[in-house]
This record gives sequence, C-alpha cells and structure tokens, in this order.
Amino acid sequence: MTVTVRFFASYAEVLGQPSLVLDLTNGATVYDVVSHVAGMPGAAGLPPAPLIAVNHSYAKHSAILADGDEVAFIPPVAGG
Amino acid sequence: MIRAGLTKSEIDSTRIIAEVSESGNGATTVFIGTVRSVNDGREVQSIEYSAYEPMAEKEILSILREASVNYGVKNIVAEHRLGEIKIGEASVVIVASDPHRAPALDALRYVIEQLKKRVPIWKLEHYADGERSWVSAAEGQPA
Repeated sequence: MTVTVRFFASYAEVLGQPSLVLDLTNGATVYDVVSHVAGMPGAAGLPPAPLIAVNHSYAKHSAILADGDEVAFIPPVAGG
Repeated sequence: MIRAGLTKSEIDSTRIIAEVSESGNGATTVFIGTVRSVNDGREVQSIEYSAYEPMAEKEILSILREASVNYGVKNIVAEHRLGEIKIGEASVVIVASDPHRAPALDALRYVIEQLKKRVPIWKLEHYADGERSWVSAAEGQPA
C-alpha cells in the first residue's frame, strides 16, 4: 500500500521537500513512517516524536495506516 | 451560525460582526489578533502565515463547535489570514454573539486559546536585519 507524507513550514525546509509517497507493508503504523523520515537527510531538524496527523486529524504513533492515507508532520503551531 | 474561514485577503471584521449579530443578542464580542512590530526584542518587517489548509479549517470548526456546546453560544465566526501580512494588520478575527455577555466572552477566550494550541498554522517572521525565522507559539508571546 502507499501513503502520502506531507511536511510543512520548518520541517519542509530542513527536509528539502513538501511531500513524498511511501510504499508500506499492510499493517504499517505511523511509527513506521516516522522511523523512515528519521533516516532522511535533514531529519536532525525534527524532534524524535513529531506531532502527526492522519487524514487531517491528530493521530498517535501507534495508529495503523490504510492505503491512500495522508500522513502529515505538524511542526509547533503558531496561529493567532 | 458557526463558520470558520481561511483567507489571503484582509479580514473585514465589520462584515463578520454583521454576520453574527442578531436582534435578540445583547452581547457581541470581538477578538482581533494583529501583527506586532517587535517580537522577542527583534524588529519585525513582515509576517508570512501558512497552513495545512484543509486540516486548519476543520480544526477551527471543531473548536467553534466545542465553544458553542461548552458555553451555549449559537453564533461564532473565526477567520484566519494566510500569506504575507503587514505590521498592524489583523491575522485573526473571532466574533461571538449571544443574548448575554458572559457566554460570548467565555466562548471568545476558549476559541483563541485553543486555536493557538491546535490549529496547524505557521508563522515565518522577516526581520529588519534581513534574517527570518519560524516562530513557535511556545517561544513567542501570546497575542
């Protein structure tokens, strides 16, 4: 299955891209995506346990993903 | 009436006040967050807001619904500006309207506090000295 991974603001800058598509085995979790991203160049600029949203809702790292899910890495927010 | 909006143009607070006001309501409360000229002791030239737009809109709407349920306020609208904005311009406008002032004030406070904690919106500050930095709400001063 594939999921789309999105990065924003400072995370997109340090990783050098706004999104990527990942091939995962069935039953993969958010944690698997976080681990993959942690191995990318520039990932030192991310916290070890970044805030994650799946399909526009905040999700735990233990959440199981489905084909077509959108996994977003959410930097510290600063609206208002 | 509950409405959340993200906009790249100036926020018209007068229009939003008209939108939420009702003849039976004795209290309309307004929060306007504006861009400060100085943050953390540095002179700010301009600010650029970006968002994870579909999630930001959904999250603001959830907050408005929670405020409506918690305080019984039926009319609340929040609009957040995106893109580059100048010093003094509004980055966010929240308006609540209710028959009585206490729920309208409480709802407004709830919405701005939750918005600052939960909504995926980011702020890039450009300083007078040419540098720039992503601002974290935890580091900066609350509006």
